[in-house]
Amino acid sequence: MTIAQAAPVAGEPALNVSIFLVIVAVTLFVVYRVSSRNATAADYYAAGGAFTGMQNGVALSGDYLSAASFLGIAGAIAVQGYDGFLYSIGFLVAWLIPLLLLAERFRNTGRFTMGDVVSFRMRQRPVRAAAANATLVISAFYMLAQMAGAGALVALLLNVHSSGGQALVIAVVGAIMIFYVLVGGMRGTTWVQIIKASLLLSCVLLISVFLLGKFGFSLSALFDKAAANSSLGGALLDPGARYGRTDTTKLDFISLSLALVLGAGALPHVLMRFYTVPDAYQARRSVVSATWAMVLFYLATLIIGYGAAAIVGTPAILAAPGAENSAAPLLAFAIGGTILLAVVAAVAFTTILAVIAGLTLTASASFAHDVYANVLKHGHPRPGAEVRVARLTALVIGCLAIVGGILAIDQNVAFLVALAFAIAASANLPTILYTLFWRRFNTTGTLFSIYGGLGSCLLLIIFSPVFSGSPTSIIKNVDFHLFPLSNPGIVSIPLSFLLGIAGTYLGKDDPDPQRTDELEVRSITGIGTT
Amino acid sequence: MATLSSFTRIPEGEQYTAFQPGPDDSGRTAEAGPDYAAIRRSPEFLAIRRRLTRFIFPMVAVFFCWYMTYVLLAAYAHGLMSHRVVGSVTVGLLLGLSQFVTTVLIMLAYVRFARKKVDPQVAALRERTGAGRS
Repeated sequence: MTIAQAAPVAGEPALNVSIFLVIVAVTLFVVYRVSSRNATAADYYAAGGAFTGMQNGVALSGDYLSAASFLGIAGAIAVQGYDGFLYSIGFLVAWLIPLLLLAERFRNTGRFTMGDVVSFRMRQRPVRAAAANATLVISAFYMLAQMAGAGALVALLLNVHSSGGQALVIAVVGAIMIFYVLVGGMRGTTWVQIIKASLLLSCVLLISVFLLGKFGFSLSALFDKAAANSSLGGALLDPGARYGRTDTTKLDFISLSLALVLGAGALPHVLMRFYTVPDAYQARRSVVSATWAMVLFYLATLIIGYGAAAIVGTPAILAAPGAENSAAPLLAFAIGGTILLAVVAAVAFTTILAVIAGLTLTASASFAHDVYANVLKHGHPRPGAEVRVARLTALVIGCLAIVGGILAIDQNVAFLVALAFAIAASANLPTILYTLFWRRFNTTGTLFSIYGGLGSCLLLIIFSPVFSGSPTSIIKNVDFHLFPLSNPGIVSIPLSFLLGIAGTYLGKDDPDPQRTDELEVRSITGIGTT
Repeated sequence: MATLSSFTRIPEGEQYTAFQPGPDDSGRTAEAGPDYAAIRRSPEFLAIRRRLTRFIFPMVAVFFCWYMTYVLLAAYAHGLMSHRVVGSVTVGLLLGLSQFVTTVLIMLAYVRFARKKVDPQVAALRERTGAGRS
């Protein structure tokens, strides 16, 4: 009954493209319908705060579930078994941080960007510039990884293997994304996320229920079959296949887990979503809805991952173009033929499209609102200028993303996502927590923790095996690696927390007492929040 | 419904100089803003803050320690995690799924706590300060 080995991965490229085009047409129509021509800053950045918690929760899960989560985790489970599942757990548990600590307080104190909250009671210009730097670096890394994933998907699903053809598809994907952001702003982008998340969730739930049914609703039977068809055998069900080899890989795994659980809630594009709802109560409901969606999604990927191992078999997965990433598409082909493969392919493309749209919007908001309006124009831009700058920035970022995506074809940039989480956990999370919960925290402390977190992450990654000194490094032939781990989190996160404290006591400045009182009262009660 | 209560700051002299908006002015005007310092000292606010702190931080500590325990077990206790419980279902899988369960339980506990113990108090405080219901 395992027939997939002989099948071409791409299935029917024309069918894949048609289904994708139908989804794109629907989203473009929706974006066009909901867009408002004379958008104010509040419309463009935060959709006028008019989404319900439920809608925003689905959109949040859309922003968060990248193609890396969908194809990457299913593939990691299919090939490496239990160690792939460990990712899902970190990604899910991480949602308790925004729920308990961040979402409601963000809605109550900020308007458009992370910079609004961390600069609330500090000196505006340096802190906003720092927050924008962190936001732009995180978004750029995250986006580059997504675009590179798009290149791999093109080869896998559309059977386009020439580099010119792949570049063209990436350019088209980028152009559609720019249209979403320019025309739709936050409102349009949110609807794209809602459509994408609903498609992705229904798709993975249907496949996993079908798979369970195939194995008589017995997880144990599914696992046995998966182990039998895996080159790992029974070890597929045990931890260690990926991270258990040496003490260094074990420590690397702990570092990655820390970055995932602390970084997810501090990603700028996740934080920005809390402004699209009317009040703190709806922000809380957003996280709750998103968490439920995430629970279903990650349970489904567990079943899909082991299902792919059971039905397709790991040798066939590893032999396919795209290797691990091809597990879910191959499984779809094996159980549902070309139609289901086409649906999965189209959903994966829509996922990339939607995630980069969210990132572009976040990055352009941070540049226009924090850098242009507040740093360059001292908080008094001419009316309408800020949104114009935001749109222009989105266009520039979109074009850069296309160029980056084309350059990243065939490059191993998957580490960038984990790095983005590590920077979010090191540069953003300590700063945000101290701002919200520690009255003494001041401007110097803020700058220390943001730049300390950002700088230490970047330095450690440059001197890690990711860059040099291992067979999979970016720079071959030269070995300048000094730091053994490929994820900097275990060092950079505690360091950044400590730097925040050190900076606060070294700095002579005191935070504005009135604004400090206001922040404390507003973050809890929402009094004075518009 | 901006009722003047003890929490409303009354602007002195010329309106636009009495209250200097910050450079990031978040939509506030130079009218009488709420007196945040007074609200912060009020027993109602202190009670809400204490109640929140006593719930949130222990919960964060619990879930973080529980998650890190799981991560450490997955990294260093391969024997335990590989132990088969029923058929091919391992201790590792059950512990992993239990992370899902605890995440949902903590989430539901917080939602219930916030709805019963925090939201009504915040609404009452907002009413008193003239901020109205949210």
